[in-house]
Amino acid sequence: MTETQATKEKVSTAGQNLLEARDLHVEFVARGRRARAVDGVNLSIGEGEIVALVGESGCGKTTLARTLLGLERPTSGEVRYGGTALDYGSKALKAYRRQVQLVLQDPTGSLNPRHTVYEAVAEGPRIHGLADEETAVATALSRAGLRPPERFFLRYPHELSGGQRQRVVIAGALALNPHVLVADEPVASLDASVRGEILALMLKLRADLGLSALVVTHDLGLAWNIADRVAVMYLGRIVESGPVEQVLTAPRHPYTQALMSVLPESPERVVLTGEPPDPTRIPGGCRFHARCQVLASGKAAEAGVDGKCRSEPLDVLPAVPGAQAACHYADVAG
Amino acid sequence: MSERSESRAGLLELDDLSVTYRIASGEVPAVRGVSLTLDSGAALGVAGESGSGKSTLAMALLRLLPRDARVGGRILLDGEDVLTMKWGRMRAVRWAEASIVFQGAQHGLNPVRKIGDQVAEPLLVHGQARPEAARKRVAELLDQVGLPTWRARSYPHELSGGQRQRVMIAMALACSPRLIIADEPTTALDVMVQAQVLTLIKDLVAENGISLIMISHDLSVLADVCDRLAVMYAGRIVEQGPSGEVFHDAKHPYSKALAAAFPTVGDPAARLAPKGLGGDPPDPMQLPTGCSFHPRCPVALDECATLDVELWPAGERRTAACVHVRAKEEAS
Ligand SMILES: Nc1ncnc2c1ncn2[C@@H]1O[C@H](COP(=O)(O)OP(=O)(O)OP(=O)(O)O)[C@@H](O)[C@H]1O
Ligand SMILES: Nc1ncnc2c1ncn2[C@@H]1O[C@H](COP(=O)(O)OP(=O)(O)OP(=O)(O)O)[C@@H](O)[C@H]1O
Ligand code: SF4
Ligand code: SF4
Ligand SMILES: [Mg+2]
Ligand SMILES: [Mg+2]
Repeated sequence: MTETQATKEKVSTAGQNLLEARDLHVEFVARGRRARAVDGVNLSIGEGEIVALVGESGCGKTTLARTLLGLERPTSGEVRYGGTALDYGSKALKAYRRQVQLVLQDPTGSLNPRHTVYEAVAEGPRIHGLADEETAVATALSRAGLRPPERFFLRYPHELSGGQRQRVVIAGALALNPHVLVADEPVASLDASVRGEILALMLKLRADLGLSALVVTHDLGLAWNIADRVAVMYLGRIVESGPVEQVLTAPRHPYTQALMSVLPESPERVVLTGEPPDPTRIPGGCRFHARCQVLASGKAAEAGVDGKCRSEPLDVLPAVPGAQAACHYADVAG
Repeated sequence: MSERSESRAGLLELDDLSVTYRIASGEVPAVRGVSLTLDSGAALGVAGESGSGKSTLAMALLRLLPRDARVGGRILLDGEDVLTMKWGRMRAVRWAEASIVFQGAQHGLNPVRKIGDQVAEPLLVHGQARPEAARKRVAELLDQVGLPTWRARSYPHELSGGQRQRVMIAMALACSPRLIIADEPTTALDVMVQAQVLTLIKDLVAENGISLIMISHDLSVLADVCDRLAVMYAGRIVEQGPSGEVFHDAKHPYSKALAAAFPTVGDPAARLAPKGLGGDPPDPMQLPTGCSFHPRCPVALDECATLDVELWPAGERRTAACVHVRAKEEAS
C-alpha cells in the first residue's frame, strides 16, 4: 500500500473525533474468575465516519459496544463523546442516548412480545417527548424497509419473520434521528436483498445527515460495503486497524489474515482451531500466540521473533486513523 | 460435491405442502405448495428472502407450528406420514430421528440452568442414558462443537452469542438423529466460528450419514455445505438444482439477485456500494398476481403479471419458475 493512498484515506475519513474509547477496560467476575472482556482498547469514531469492528465470537465486541453506549461502566479508562468524558448521571445518560443509539444483535430479545410494532418504535420518541410521534414512527419504519409503514403498525413481533423483526429494531433506533448508531450485527438476520438496502440506507444517512456509525459485524463483506475504517478485535484488544482498503486487501496481522482466508472465495483456508479464546485466561506474550499460524509454521522463528511472540506482550494500539497491527512478526516483516 | 442417484428412496418427501397462519386481520399463506425430496444422507439448502416461509417450512416438518397454522399437503419422513402421526410417536421422532436447530434459539436457553444439564436433558428424558453416561456424552458433544468441557458448568449468560449457538448444535446432536434441520445455524456468528461450524456440519453429514436441511439467506454458505439448493420466494420454491450450478449460474432472476448480494472483499465495484434488490418484499396477505416476483423483476414481460408460473425444467435435475426458462425449454 502506497503512502499517497494512506494519506488520501486519512483525509477522507478523519473528521472530528466524535466518540472515543480511551484505554478502556471492562471486567466481569464470573464464578470467582475475572474475565477481561475488554482489555485495553483505544478507538475513535469521527464525525460522519463508519467504523467496522470485527472479530471472533466472545472477543468482547458487544461489551465494547455496550460500554460506548454507557450501558456498561468501564473498570478503567473512559468513553468520551464530543470531547468530554461520559457523565453517568441518569439525566446526562438519557440525553446521551438520544445522540448515540443502539441497534441490537438479537431482535427477538430486544422486542417486547406484547408491544405492537408501532409501540416498539414509538418508545424512544415518547421517552424523549418528540412532537409528531406518528410521523417519526412511519418515517423510521419505511427507512428501515418496512413499507408501507401503516401495514406494520398494529402487528406483534410474533406475527413477523425474523428479518422483519430486526427491521423494527433498526427503525426504533432511527426514530430519534441520532448522531451515532452503534449497530451490533445489524443485518446478520436479514435477507440478502434487504441487507443491501439497509447498508445503502446507512450510507445515505451518513451522506444526508452526517451520521456516524460503529458497526459490529462478523461479515467482512459488510465492512467492505460500507465502512471507512475497520478494527479487528481479538480477546479484548484491537490487534489491527486502519482504512478498509488497506486492511482488507493487505492484512498484516495473522489473525486478520486467517479471518480473510475463510471467506468463500479464498483459495487457502486457515480455519483456526485450538481452545476458543477465553477472557479469564488471556495467554502471556502475544495473546494470539497459541493459535497463530505464522508462529506454528515456523515463519516467526525464521524472522527471529518467536521468543517475543511467546513472552513479550504487545503495546495497546493508539487510536490513529492509519493502518497498524499489533504483531511482532508484522513489525519486522513489514 | 457429489450428486446422489435419484432412484434412492427419499428420507423426506414433501408433496404440495402448504401452511396458512390465521391472524386477526386475515390469513397469511406462508408456504404455498412446496414439493421436494431429500435423499438419505443428502444435504439440501433452502435459501430465500426474509418472510419467504423458510422457518415455517422447517417447523411444519416436525409439526412445531402454532395452533393457528393450517397445514395442507403431505410430509413423509422415512415413509411415515408426519401430519397424521400420533403425538407420542411425533415426540419420539423429534429427538431420535429428526431434530431442529431453531433460528435464534440460542436465546431460548434456560437462564438459570447450567449448560451441561440442558444438553443432558434430551438424553435423560428419552431414556437413552443414565446420569453418569449422560455426563460423558455431554463432554463429548461439547468437544464436538468446539467448547471446552468446563463450559458444562457455565450458565447461558456467561457465554457469547456464538458459544450459545454451538450449545444448540450440541443439543440437536445429542440423540444422534438421522436428519438435522438447521435454521440459520451460522447467522450472527463471526466468520471463523462460521467456518468451524460449517466444517463441523459438513463432517457430520459426510461421516455419520446424517441428512441435512440447512436454511440460510446466504447462498455462498449453502453452496459450500449442501448438494442441492432450493430458493424460495413468497412461500414457493422458485428454483431448485445442484448447489454449485444454482449459485454460479442461477436461472431465476430472484436467485441471481440473491447470489449477487454478497460482495467479494477486494472487488472495487462493491466498495461503498452495497447491492440490494429494489422494491418491497411481498406481503403474503396481498400477493401480486401472476409471477409473485414480477413487481421487482428486472426482466419481467407483460405476461408475467397474469401468467401462472410453475417449476419448469431448467437443465439436468434443475427447475426454475420463470417464463424465460420455459421459453428456452420449449425452443430446445
Ligand atoms: N455479564 C457477563 N458476565 C461474565 N462474563 C461475561 C459477561 N458478558 C460477557 N462475558 C464474557 O465476555 C466475553 C466477551 O463477550 P461479548 O458478548 O462482548 O463477545 P462478542 O464479541 O460480542 O461475541 P459474539 O460475536 O458471540 O456476540 C465472553 O467471553 C463472554 O463470555
Ligand atoms: N405465528 C405467525 N403468525 C402469523 N404470521 C406468521 C407467523 N409466523 C410467521 N408469519 C408470517 O409468515 C411469513 C413467513 O415467515 P417465516 O418466519 O417462515 O419466514 P422466513 O423465511 O423464515 O424469514 P426470515 O429469513 O426472516 O427468518 C411471514 O410473512 C411472516 O410474517
Ligand atoms: S506476535 Fe507472533 S504470535 Fe502474535 S500474531 Fe504476530 S506472529 Fe503471531
Ligand atoms: S416469470 Fe416474469 S416476473 Fe417472474 S421471474 Fe420470470 S421474468 Fe421475472
Ligand atoms: Mg456480541
Ligand atoms: Mg426464519
